[in-house]
Amino acid sequence: MDKLYIFLKYFFIVVWTVFVVAPFLWALTTSFKDFQSVNGGVTYIPWVDFEPNLEGWKVLIKSPAKGGVDIIEPYFNSMFVTCTASLISIILGTLSAYALSRYTFKAGFVKNNDITFFFISQRIMPPIVLSIPFFLFLSSINLLDSLTGLIVVYIVLLMPIAVWIMVDFFNKVPREIDETALIDGCNPYQAFLKVVLPNSIPGLIVAGMFCIIFGWIDFFFAFILTFTEVQLLPVKIVALNSSVTPWWSLSASALVSVAPLIIVAFIVERYLSKGNLSGAIK
Amino acid sequence: MNFKHKYFFLFPGLFVLIGILIFPIIFVVRLSLSGWNSYNPGLDYIGLENYIRLFTDDPRFWESFFRLSFLSVTTVILQYVIGFALAHMVWKDIKFKRFFRVLFLVPMMTTPVIMTVIWRTFFHESLGPVNDMLSVFGVAPKWLTDPVIAKFTVIIVEVWQWTPFMFLLLLAGLLSLPKEPFLAAAIDGASPVRKFIYVTFPLMAPISIGAIIIRLIEASKIMDTVYVLTSGGPGTSTETSSFYIFIKGLREFQMGYAASMSFTYLIIMIISLTIIAKVLTKVLLKE
Repeated sequence: MDKLYIFLKYFFIVVWTVFVVAPFLWALTTSFKDFQSVNGGVTYIPWVDFEPNLEGWKVLIKSPAKGGVDIIEPYFNSMFVTCTASLISIILGTLSAYALSRYTFKAGFVKNNDITFFFISQRIMPPIVLSIPFFLFLSSINLLDSLTGLIVVYIVLLMPIAVWIMVDFFNKVPREIDETALIDGCNPYQAFLKVVLPNSIPGLIVAGMFCIIFGWIDFFFAFILTFTEVQLLPVKIVALNSSVTPWWSLSASALVSVAPLIIVAFIVERYLSKGNLSGAIK
Repeated sequence: MNFKHKYFFLFPGLFVLIGILIFPIIFVVRLSLSGWNSYNPGLDYIGLENYIRLFTDDPRFWESFFRLSFLSVTTVILQYVIGFALAHMVWKDIKFKRFFRVLFLVPMMTTPVIMTVIWRTFFHESLGPVNDMLSVFGVAPKWLTDPVIAKFTVIIVEVWQWTPFMFLLLLAGLLSLPKEPFLAAAIDGASPVRKFIYVTFPLMAPISIGAIIIRLIEASKIMDTVYVLTSGGPGTSTETSSFYIFIKGLREFQMGYAASMSFTYLIIMIISLTIIAKVLTKVLLKE
């Protein structure tokens, strides 16, 4: 019985590992192919099945005038938008979360939990519902096709996540530490900055990682609200997926875009092992 | 604690969020009462005409809605079962525990549309590796162009992409469980299966509900995957509500009609998710 269970367990893990890794391996081999080896039939192993070349990777850094793909600018645009929106969301979200965790609010029937729910419920909003008014609004104030416009939109996407994680995290930070700080003569803002925040770094990191993930992987708003002036990475890469798809540069750029977030996976796992994420989910 | 400081903490975030959201939502409602389209852009007032058209004369919207329900419920169930199994497997000590944990998280860190572009080449009917390997068995499913199989392709891609999120939530839950019930079960000599049914699963029920609801919310927005993988096709066989609204609104510029659809869609979403949450809480927390 035990042996069978262990066998099944490892069998399942191996199957899932293959499933997870397969598209990455396929993208990796494809990125070294050229037109011939893509269209001549399915090949897997470089040197054995096909002659590898670096064309798919070279076009990534060429300028568009020379037939390159030029993903460098979209790459930095994506990073800038993601990081700025995450930072603003974390700052505003953390302040609100601290208020919701430490003070009691009451306005008619609206209490703390309702305000928290209001923040988090913004995730229910389907992007398409917001996209049409955002499209018309941003175009009326000339922010369509600009980084600022995108950042504003992304704050709506990311702040709910920051509030969700930080409220639960602050609930776990003992109240005594801010009370002690207040008795020692700090005002509430000093207590928050000097005592509570330094004790909340794991929560801030987890919230930050989630904001970065959900900012980085967004395609829809970038796709609808930007055209030519500003391009984000996912839009740029999907645009390659046209009638005649250059599979090699597509694969190479996909791998490049995926790479930075692998680091995030390591950070999330690390904090998960330390048990910092559990409170946020309950 | 001091009374007025609390507003300085709460209000910046709250007002930014409300400030960004309030006008779009009011605007969607107003827009849905207008006949704004590419010939006639402007906020005229045509009453409930758009809603009447939606409820009486647009089977395509309702088809896309039921398709979305099917896709999101199926993917979330699969994600929950697989995610729970994976989390349970790497919860206790196994070899290379941390390696597997990171590896199982990786797909959720990747941009769905970009991976979908890769999946498109992966499932390519003549040049993709899947059909190449299946050719050993003499079959070549039309992954992207058969109306039935295309749905399952979407499901496969969604499961690949988002099972890690379920896995993450459930693993975090497992790691936070108290140790005592497991010790008690071990003393009673419970078998692994009984331990799972009578100890682990009931303890995980509240976390499971949370994780399923979060995933259902996200899954109800399925759109980019469909856009890149099949563009809603073949025909309309993989079109989801969001995608249909997108076509009507930002491709055909029937803004007014699209707004009425998005408002209806939002209301249906809120109601059905609330009902699902209530039902799940009742079923799973019965004991």
